[in-house]
Amino acid sequence: MSAIPTAAGGSSRPRSAGRSAGLGPARRLRPPRLTGWLGVVPLLAFTVVVFGLAFGTMVFGAFTTPETAPGGVHLTGANMSASVHGAYLTSLIGSVKLSAVSALIATVVGLPIAHVIVTSRFRALRRAVLAGSGVLANFGGVPLAFAFVATLGNAGVLTHRFHLLSHGWSLYGFWGLTLVYLYFLIPLMVLTLTPALEGLRRQWCEAARNNGANTFRYWAHVALPLLTPSLLGGYVLLFGSAFSAYATAAAMVGSSVPLVTMQIADALSGNVLVGQGNVALALGVDMVVVAGLVMAVQLPLQRRSARWLA
Amino acid sequence: MAGLSRIRYGRAFVLLLTGAYFLVPLACAVAFSIGAGTPGRSIGFGAYTGVLGAGGFTDSLTLTLKLAAATIALVLALLVPALVTVRLAAPRLRTLVEIVCMLPLVVPAVALVAGISAVLRWGPDHFAGTPVFQALAALQDQNFPFVLVLAYTLMALPLAYRTLDAGIAAIDLRMLVEAARACRAPWPRTLLQVVLPNLRGALLNTAFLTLALVLGEYTVAAILGYQPFAVWILAISGSQAQMSVAVSVMGLLVTWVLLLVVATAGRAHHPKETS
Repeated sequence: MSAIPTAAGGSSRPRSAGRSAGLGPARRLRPPRLTGWLGVVPLLAFTVVVFGLAFGTMVFGAFTTPETAPGGVHLTGANMSASVHGAYLTSLIGSVKLSAVSALIATVVGLPIAHVIVTSRFRALRRAVLAGSGVLANFGGVPLAFAFVATLGNAGVLTHRFHLLSHGWSLYGFWGLTLVYLYFLIPLMVLTLTPALEGLRRQWCEAARNNGANTFRYWAHVALPLLTPSLLGGYVLLFGSAFSAYATAAAMVGSSVPLVTMQIADALSGNVLVGQGNVALALGVDMVVVAGLVMAVQLPLQRRSARWLA
Repeated sequence: MAGLSRIRYGRAFVLLLTGAYFLVPLACAVAFSIGAGTPGRSIGFGAYTGVLGAGGFTDSLTLTLKLAAATIALVLALLVPALVTVRLAAPRLRTLVEIVCMLPLVVPAVALVAGISAVLRWGPDHFAGTPVFQALAALQDQNFPFVLVLAYTLMALPLAYRTLDAGIAAIDLRMLVEAARACRAPWPRTLLQVVLPNLRGALLNTAFLTLALVLGEYTVAAILGYQPFAVWILAISGSQAQMSVAVSVMGLLVTWVLLLVVATAGRAHHPKETS
């Protein structure tokens, strides 16, 4: 679902053993060349078959007419064009808007939180928060939605206690959904930023102070520029994660907020007109395009931040 | 000194606010599940004690755990040989393996399941009466839908790759293997008794993150029409709201504790890092 640096994933030691192939000792200690390749084969075969089949069928279906259509299967652009018009376009825009807003808030809020966690003196707190972030960022979905429905839903504890309904509160709208999304986006941001923040050397801060910089100037001229690639990369990652989320919204709002994931699910389970199955596939292709753009932006940024904050 | 204390207050403020945001919903969910906070309901732990007897709970949980076990096994069986190979014998394949493992990120779960369901619908029409048809039918067996294992494995690949790769990067794999080989250990023994034990922390971590993913996975299972744990929670939410919330909270907490235990255990085995 998302590219998540893990809570307890490992040490921050630099990779050293990667490419020292030429320096190794006698040849017989190494695996023979042929069997050496064999280890990679299952992984490649699995992805080619399973991923390739699902992905290929999706793309094929998106650009052809359904078999039940008169005239049989032939190439068409109708599905793709339908997927960017009318209700489908609304849902695409709704998804993009929700993801962009919630990812932005999570990025802005996540930075100070991650900073406090990383520089905390209490190692136990750190470990607990990072493990918790791992759970929330991955587990998410349905349980999360229910925790919020119990808290701020129409019959929720806080809603009742503070009579929020009479103040016009509704969890089942755009901002309610944003609030819930933040619950797994902020942990994801904390996890993403932790390695980068750990890479900020204390000496840089001291050097800035020795040159007369106050906290604000240190952050504005040293820390933030260093962190910018990580922040941007994190934002893009969060956007992708929110964009592809389905379970939370499905468990919570039904269809009151138009989202592209819900449209696909509806079209697949036949809640709409027959023959819309291929439009669902076209919507899937739309999502892949957006997610692909996200990755295309994120990977170079990640490389860049890794160069400084290794 | 004034600046220092201000910073300290700032930190406390941030922590407090964060703690409130993340703990209040959990606390409220617990309160809701025992009936506190809602008038007209007596406080009781019925939602928790009744879980075991609730219809479908054992079935869905068993199904989920079976799926999780199979997914973890498949993920590790695919990734460990590939990553060890890349480190030891074929460093040039590293980029290829990384790209392959990151590919599923480009395809959101909903899009993936759209593709999968298209394959499952398309197959029977064209291969009726052939072994392919039987294979497709076996994939969708209601008791153990292996198609879910395939989908979950794909979805777990990016996360599992990063976790395992970080774990392998943290040990000097080449040196370990060369030492073992120099002691005349045959290859299988080198891998089983030298490499794998040293990767214990990373393996455990990968396994539990995969477990968390499978436990919480809803999209693929719901759309393909199966009822593992997460789908079951949603299914009972209409009639037994308290129980669905109770199970959700328990799920979150149990996963968190498990991951915390694994993180602590994994750390204890490493020598102290110097920085």
